[in-house]
Amino acid sequence: MSTSTEHRPTAQRPTPATESKLMSGAQILLECLVRENVDCIFGYPGGVTLPLYDAFYDHPIRHVLVRHEQNAAFAAEGYARSTGRVGVCCATSGPGATNLVTGLVDSMMDSIPVVALTGQVSTKLIGSDAFQEADTFGITRSCTKHNFLVKTIAELPQALHEAFYIASSGRPGPVLVDVPKDVFQAQSHYTPVSEIHLPGYRVFTEGHTGQIRRAAQMMWDAKRPFVYAGGGIIAANASEELRELVELLDAPTVNTLMGLGALAAEHRNFISMPGMHGSYAANMGMSNADLLIALGVRFDDRVTGRLSAFAPHAKVIHVDIDPAEIGKNRVPDLPIVGDVKRVMQKLTKVLHELAPEHRERNAGDRTAWWRQIREWQAEHPLTPEVSTTEIKPQHVMREIDRLSGGRAIVSSDVGQHQMWAAQFIRFNQPRLWLNSGGLGSMGFGLPAAIGAQFACPDKLVFAIVGDGGFQMSIPELATIANHGLPIKIVVVNNGYLGMVRQWQELFYNNRLSQVELNSFPDVTKLAGAYGFTGRTVEKVSELAPALEEAVRENGPYLLNIRVSPFENVYPMVPAGGAINEMVLGPPQPVEV
Amino acid sequence: MLQVISLLVENKPGALMRITGVLSARGYNIESLTVARTLDPTLSRMSIVVDIEPQLRAQVIKQMNKLINVLQASDLSDAGAVKRELVLIRVRAAQASRTAILKEAEIFGARVVDSSTEGFALEVTGESEKLDEFIDVMRSYGEIDVTRSGTVAVSLEAKKLRLSPPVSRTLHTEESDEKLETRH
Repeated sequence: MSTSTEHRPTAQRPTPATESKLMSGAQILLECLVRENVDCIFGYPGGVTLPLYDAFYDHPIRHVLVRHEQNAAFAAEGYARSTGRVGVCCATSGPGATNLVTGLVDSMMDSIPVVALTGQVSTKLIGSDAFQEADTFGITRSCTKHNFLVKTIAELPQALHEAFYIASSGRPGPVLVDVPKDVFQAQSHYTPVSEIHLPGYRVFTEGHTGQIRRAAQMMWDAKRPFVYAGGGIIAANASEELRELVELLDAPTVNTLMGLGALAAEHRNFISMPGMHGSYAANMGMSNADLLIALGVRFDDRVTGRLSAFAPHAKVIHVDIDPAEIGKNRVPDLPIVGDVKRVMQKLTKVLHELAPEHRERNAGDRTAWWRQIREWQAEHPLTPEVSTTEIKPQHVMREIDRLSGGRAIVSSDVGQHQMWAAQFIRFNQPRLWLNSGGLGSMGFGLPAAIGAQFACPDKLVFAIVGDGGFQMSIPELATIANHGLPIKIVVVNNGYLGMVRQWQELFYNNRLSQVELNSFPDVTKLAGAYGFTGRTVEKVSELAPALEEAVRENGPYLLNIRVSPFENVYPMVPAGGAINEMVLGPPQPVEV
Repeated sequence: MLQVISLLVENKPGALMRITGVLSARGYNIESLTVARTLDPTLSRMSIVVDIEPQLRAQVIKQMNKLINVLQASDLSDAGAVKRELVLIRVRAAQASRTAILKEAEIFGARVVDSSTEGFALEVTGESEKLDEFIDVMRSYGEIDVTRSGTVAVSLEAKKLRLSPPVSRTLHTEESDEKLETRH
């Protein structure tokens, strides 16, 4: 490379131990992954990543070959969601990179730490419409928290470590690192990066002391406090702090779709999920509270319904690590920007200090508030539909709940089954419920279960999917078979794109357009073709035994459960409605 | 009212795209945008003029501040700030009107940067509304060509720049490598 070596004196000084050996860009990349404690990555090779895959050949990091890059991104999410560690996926340039996009947007919407590595055509060819070239850096700008195009090997280690730092700190999210082929091939000395300097990347963690004190005062002053806790609690690993806060205040608590498991479902203060398909008590609680304590949530439209009618009587305390979430939808009376874990620790401390003076002050009102909440729960309890003649999808969830005991990982796809699972399967720990909340990506459930099962090999993992979403990620059955992953795939099969059909039924005059899914494969043959067990269940009496058998089986199991085709998800807040105006059930036939 | 946003950004590829992306994703059209290096060559100062509904302005500034490459984004619309723009204008004019053009130029504080038998090239700085008037006046003398720089702005209040200090990370060492090897 350089001619200067020729002129070096022959007696070189001994190489100091700290001086690194010459490595290729691909080797440096893997070295950085090791230093980031990555043990498993999900990917798919291609032309420009050949040098990287050559380095994988004898490297201890486990590479899981998926069958489609989109599923590499979802699997990385499943890994990250179930552990809290950064999930890593890898794809080649052009189509490989564009196939990652849905997964990146998905992790962006749900704040999931993911690092995506993509190959790019050689630097000389960039911009020439080279074979398999796409402007990955440009395409993924808006669907990542940050992205890098690494144009020289010298920048590679810094970019990679910055990527992991950005993905996992503050409000987590996806970061993409695009590496041209010649950067993988270049040789350089590797110097470990020990410092990251991103002057413009501000992470607010501590929370304003004065605001925290005021919040504590508001909490004791409230007569009808209500805790609205979301995915931020899970991202911050703050379940313990949430439990302490909730118990100290003795406030009724809802966990959003992204926050299920943040407070254990078995906890006496836990109500349910709120929002469009939340329970009556959860939504009435929100609507009648005088103080809404919003922790790690973003006032999503699926939670608030019509914003102007949301929690009309409540003062709002909003704690979030992302300043841009404060006041985005609902302007809080008291904002606190910070890590919800740190903020809750401090809040609890102040609440304790103030307790002797305040605890009893509103005791009467608070007892009445709880009585009201319990009345709402009793009035319209969230109970699964069960029939003796046909399998109700809710019944499937009840059975899975029984087998899980609040401890299994449940990776859900998107649609009606997702809502029923969220309503009826209880999660007593965080990081058990994996679902595409913000983006609602069909096809998420199966690959996310794969990621979770690799991350948690000893855990029972259910993939609950609809017959629609299942067919979107059906090629991953090969990955599951390949590794003998003991995932219990439960297809809640109603023969329809159920959620779209529900809306067509209710809001489009029952004109069912393109929602019927015919020609679903015979799952016994399908699973058999991949070398594992598959079974179709049609009778109510077979449901529980079949699920039990699936769980008993050591390997993968594909269960196709034919559920009643026209079941809809209730309660339901119609789009644009206020959340206390729920439709509680299907229209009843009128007796004349 | 148009909003004037001033940004201090890292001088890195893609930084401009990220910032304009915050606006284009919400369907805002940029009225003007200027970028140039600051005294510190690793940083750029950017001034953007854009029409955003008042209730969404703070949100846009927050979204810009969230970008890793943005050190500071501030709204100068209502703050004490000086806003100026540069116009270069070429006027093709008949001999008869040359004196009148120079008189008008003087009124507006414009400078002649080129003079030929065809006419003049003039430069003028000022507030955008003033420049609109100048352009109108010049148009009355003949055919013109105009290039505007877009607004540049400087805040009159010193705003404290809050930057994140370097973070040292404990990365995994060879010991963890061994652990990883034994795992498989």
